[in-house]
Formats: sequence, C-alpha cells, structure tokens
Amino acid sequence: MSKNAPACAPLRLHVPEPTGRPGQHTDFSYLHLSPAGEVRRPPVDAQPAAIGDLAFALVRVLDADGNAVGPWAPQITPERLRFGLRAMLQTRIFDARMLIAQRQKKISFYMQCLGEEAISVAHALALDEGDMCFPTYRQQGLLMARAVPLVDLICQLLSNQRDPLKGRQLPVLYSVRQAGFFTISGNLATQVVQAVGWAMASAIKGDTKIASAWIGDGSTAEADFHTALVFAHVYRAPVIINVVNNQWAISTFQAIAGGEGTTFAARGIGSGIASLRVDGNDFLAVYAASRWAAERARGNLGPTLIEWVTYRAGGHSTSDDPTKYRPADDWKNFPLGDPLARLKQHLISIGAWSEAEHQSVQKELEAEVSAALKEAESYGSLADGHVHSAASMFEDVYEDMPAHLRRQRQELGV
Amino acid sequence: MKTTPMTMIQALRSAMDVMLERDANVVVFGEDVGYFGGVFRCTEGLQKKYGTSRVFDTPISESGIVGVAVGMGAYGLRPVAEIQFADYVYPATDQIVSEAARLRYRSAGEFIAPLTLRMPCGGGIYGGQTHSQSPEAYFTHVCGLRTVMPSNPYDAKGLLIASIENNDPVIFLEPKRIYNGPFDGHHDKPVVPWSTHPQGEVPEGYYTVPLESAAVYRPGSELTVLTYGTMVFVAEAAARESGIDAEIIDLRSLWPLDLDTIVNSVKKTGRCAVVHEATRSSGFGAELTALVQEHCFYHLEAPIERVAGWDTPYPHAQEWAYFPGPARVAEGFKRAMEK
Repeated sequence: MSKNAPACAPLRLHVPEPTGRPGQHTDFSYLHLSPAGEVRRPPVDAQPAAIGDLAFALVRVLDADGNAVGPWAPQITPERLRFGLRAMLQTRIFDARMLIAQRQKKISFYMQCLGEEAISVAHALALDEGDMCFPTYRQQGLLMARAVPLVDLICQLLSNQRDPLKGRQLPVLYSVRQAGFFTISGNLATQVVQAVGWAMASAIKGDTKIASAWIGDGSTAEADFHTALVFAHVYRAPVIINVVNNQWAISTFQAIAGGEGTTFAARGIGSGIASLRVDGNDFLAVYAASRWAAERARGNLGPTLIEWVTYRAGGHSTSDDPTKYRPADDWKNFPLGDPLARLKQHLISIGAWSEAEHQSVQKELEAEVSAALKEAESYGSLADGHVHSAASMFEDVYEDMPAHLRRQRQELGV
Repeated sequence: MKTTPMTMIQALRSAMDVMLERDANVVVFGEDVGYFGGVFRCTEGLQKKYGTSRVFDTPISESGIVGVAVGMGAYGLRPVAEIQFADYVYPATDQIVSEAARLRYRSAGEFIAPLTLRMPCGGGIYGGQTHSQSPEAYFTHVCGLRTVMPSNPYDAKGLLIASIENNDPVIFLEPKRIYNGPFDGHHDKPVVPWSTHPQGEVPEGYYTVPLESAAVYRPGSELTVLTYGTMVFVAEAAARESGIDAEIIDLRSLWPLDLDTIVNSVKKTGRCAVVHEATRSSGFGAELTALVQEHCFYHLEAPIERVAGWDTPYPHAQEWAYFPGPARVAEGFKRAMEK
C-alpha cells in the first residue's frame, strides 16, 4: 500500500442476503408496498419519461376487504371475473394433481405456479386472440385461460405416444401455437428478444397482433433481457415485457438478480420504456395493467415493461426443496396474500360468487383433471415405455432429413 | 437469362434484391446495413428501394439481431441478417445454437427459424484476430444448422437465394478476401478482378445453386482436395505450381454436405488432402478426414493430409506466415502423394 494513501477501512464485498432464512421470520418491508387505489393511472399515451414514478410504486386495486378501489379498477364484467377465478382454480388443481403424479413417478419432472396464477390468467384475459405469448415454465395459467385441452398437456407431461412434442422436451416446456403460446426453451431469457422480433414482424406486416414476453426476476440478469429492452424501445415494438418477480430463482433471492434498493420495473426507465410495478396477486390490478399495456402496444405507442410482484409459493421444481433456504411458512406471511383467495373474496363481496359455488366448481374441476389424467395415462407414459418411436428422434432436425441423419437412423436400426 | 459481370458483393446484393422483390416476407437488417448499405456495401441501395421497414439498421448487438430474427421467423417472415464480421457472432451463440437450430425440433414443427445469417469471414486483409476468423466448425457441429460458404459470385448469389428460401437456419459465410476477386494466396501479386473469371459472370434474375451440393472446381486424377471459400483458389495455385493433377472439390455447403461427390472422387484418385484457412485442431477438416476414412479407407493409398491455419489466434503483422498459402498447401499435396 502506498504510504500516501489515506487511512481507511479495508474494502468489503457486499453480497445481498434475504431478510429471512429457515427458522426466521422474513421482513417483507423491503417490498415497499403502496396502499390499494393510491397509485395514479396515466393515459395510455403517456410519455415513458413522465411516468417514472410508477416503476417504484405498486399498482393495486383490491383492498384488504376485497373492494376494487382507485383509478386502476378495471371495467370488467362479473362473468369474466368468474371465468378468471375458474381458470385460476383449474391451474391450481392441475398443478397439485401433476405434482402428485410426479411423486407417483408417473411423470419425470414438474413445475407448479402456486401463488402466481393471477398473473398469467388475468393477462391472458387482457390479450386478444392471435396475440403471441413467449412464456417461461410458470405461465400454465395462459393455457388454462385459453382452454387448451388438458389431455394434450398431460400427454406432454407423460411424454407418451400422444405427446404433441414427440417426447423431445422436458415436461412443462409446452408449445401450443394455436393458443398463442410459443415453444418454451428451457434456456432462460432468450424468449424475450424473440418476442420483440415477433412484435417487430407484426409491425412490419401492418398486422394488429401484439406479443407478450415473460421472464423471472432471476433471469433479468441475462444479457438477452437488456438486449430485448433496447430493441423494443428502438423499434417501438408492440410488445409487453412481463417480469414476474416471485422473489426466488431456485435458491437465489431476488436481490442477487439486482433487485436490492431498486425495482425490476426500473430497468425499463433507463431504456425509455413505459414501466409499471404491479401487485401480481391482485387479479384486477393484473388485468387493468395488462389492458393498459396492450392498448399502448396496439396503438403504436410502444412497449411496456411490467414487474409483477408476487411470491413463488412452491419449490422451483420437483427437484427443489425450498425449506433449505427460506422460511417454510414464508408464503403465509407474504403481504400480498393469495391471488385466488383475494379474487374469490371480491367476487363474493359483489354478490357474484359464493362459498357453495366455489366448492362445487372445485369438485367439478378436480373431476375434470382426474378424468383428463386417466385418459392421458391410457395413451402410455415414459415410465411404461409407450413413447414416440426412436425413429422419430431423427425427424424435425431439418425440414428434410439429410443423408447423414438417414444413415444414423439406419445405424440405430429403426 | 441475361448475365452481367459482378463482384461477389454485387452478386450477394443482387440475391437480396431478387428475394426482397419476390417475397414480401423477406427482411434485411444488421449493423450499418440500412441507409449506409453495410461496411462491405453488400446492401447498398436496398433500403432506398424497399423502405426502412424491410431493410434497416440495428443496434450493435449480435444476440439481439439473431434473437429478433428468430422471433420474426416464428411470425412468418424470412429474415436475412448480417453479422458485420463472423468474428462478432459469438454473443449470438445462445440464440443460434440453443434457439434457431432447435426451434423446429423442440416444437415438433410448430415453429421454425427460416433465417439466413450472412457474415464475412476469413483473413488476408490485415484484419488481425478480430476481423479474420473462420468460425465454420463452431456451426457445422450444431445439429439443425446449415453452414454454407461460396467461393465465387455465381455461387454466392445462387446459394444465398437458396439459403433465404430454405426453411432451416443457414449460417452463410462470405470469404471477404475474395469479395472483389479470386485470390490464390500470392499476396504480393496484383489483385485479380472477378471480371476476368468465368464465375464472375452472373445471371441478373432469379436462380439457385442447390444446398448440399459440392462442385468439382478442377477435375484431376491424382489427388482429391477438399476445400471451400478462398482456399479453392489457393489449392488451384498449389496444384499448378506443384504439377500435381489435383481434383479440387469446392464443398460450398459445409454441413449438411454432399458426401457422394467426395467419396466418388477419393475412390477415383486414392489420395486426399483437406485444406482450410481455419485453425487446424478440431477444425472442420477433422470431420472431413474422418468421413473420408470411414467411407474410402480401402481406396486410400496414403494417409489423408490436412493443411490449415496454425493453432494460434489470427495475427496482424504475421498474416502471411499464418495464412496457408500456395507453398504450404503444395507441400501438403506432395506429402499426400508420397508412399
């Protein structure tokens, strides 16, 4: 050390830590919540630079009593809300049943979206037919809201002879083009740039469709996320970029992805993108913010980044045990609650739902999921070897099979 | 069809012009390709002719360029993106290797990535280690990709049109040293323009050169030479100067490739040399050597010879010591003729 250096303490590396570890009680004050109804709703043609405050606030509609309050309270019929509740319930029941199927070794791997159902379901309701979603592995609510046949999904999970993806993808990495659901990669963040490209293509062709991209808080650290923001802004692409901040990327707290002392919505501001931070467990807020962003996109007003604040209630996947790195009862203490319970409370409070109806719909959906599982199982599974043929492995690598792949297929003897 | 003398740059531009005209889903973009027309001028005038929504500049982000191309392809467009130098393509690796190459496979055909990624490659222009590389082996290793490298204006246009029309992702490598004329490795001799070469005579309209099809550039009886790009002309000079009657095969499509033309030639000559500018170890020549060994072993009179760039970064001041010029290639030919 130079003798001229001033006396000072040695440098220290800062490594962020969550405010709660196993056996502790998480201090969720780091979330900086706004009271329901308090955050302003700017017009859809607002300049991104003029609404920077919204990236640090939290748009909320449902108050603690289940009332829809404030300027973001959306125009939506009770019928649509009932449909939304049903789709959320279906998502949760489906997840729970598939989790059991994985434990029973019927499927090799599963990822649930417990606690995050409102984000994908309400967002799907805010989009139009033909819009394309570029999801991660935790947006199965999009598929439920778009009424994709459960048997098809379960066949993918079972990797059986009716798996639409021919056994090539891990369970949950669906592709359902006709439902506007892009093939899930498994590599992270790549889909966000692709969504921007899809949206650019729609604009190039003078189409009216928009794209919606999904990414978790953890993978916003990937360069592709930042690249996507640049391209989306440069070409004013008709795209919505959804950052699902569920606080955890496997065992990594969102502060390690760069969320400490700032927000993920704030990432959009420096890029010149309109950015909102929204209560992701508030069905009405999700719907309202999604509509606002979709209107912007469809009106040639440019992209919107939305950070959905939520909590990953379950493990990352069936290979993960979250009690090893966070308090086991964390979700119960999460201040934004359970999205399903909150919408249910609202619907009951406006007289559009009842406990009895809830029980009967739940039973009906459970039976539906069980029947779908039973039917899908009748088509076989990876476990019992009823999968697509080994010969099919060589198909779709190229549009037409080149000579070297034909030789390799012959070598395998199929 | 009426033909015109064209440089490789003009031929590539003509291919994009033809395809922009024929197919409303073709779009062209990349760094500096819009108003300016590209640092090598390949897209000059195209933005003016087809408008900014079909020919445009992009941010300096190769992962972004390829990523948006994948999304556009999924929508139904046919993107033709330029990577300014092949040396710059690495940030896009994830989008090429994990995404474009496997989109059809992983979605069982629901989504495809019919994109063409043009990129100038190779040395001989004092470009140093970031403007001279030949990265073909990184791509030929990836299932689902097509890798193409033309060696002359006629093939450049026909192969580019075939690549744009193809529904698989194509890595289209353009040897920049031969953009303006064939180069036989004698860097101290005057530059030869394409107008003096028969392959510089190019049809003005639409035509294709099929993919997965090699060309016998120079028929011969004593030695089969497997090569592509600039090295086609270096190999020709080496054959002339060594007096060896080499059959020079210009692979054109590196992968998937035309194995029949290779095998038929080696079975005829009984000897084989593989020549490329890229570094030697684990280079594409290793695959070619293995294929010849697997398919022609009992016809071989001698070990297969490899001549390639040294396993060093591409140097700036030592360019001609690095570049496998005609003398080094001829030495390889002679070794292949021994025994």
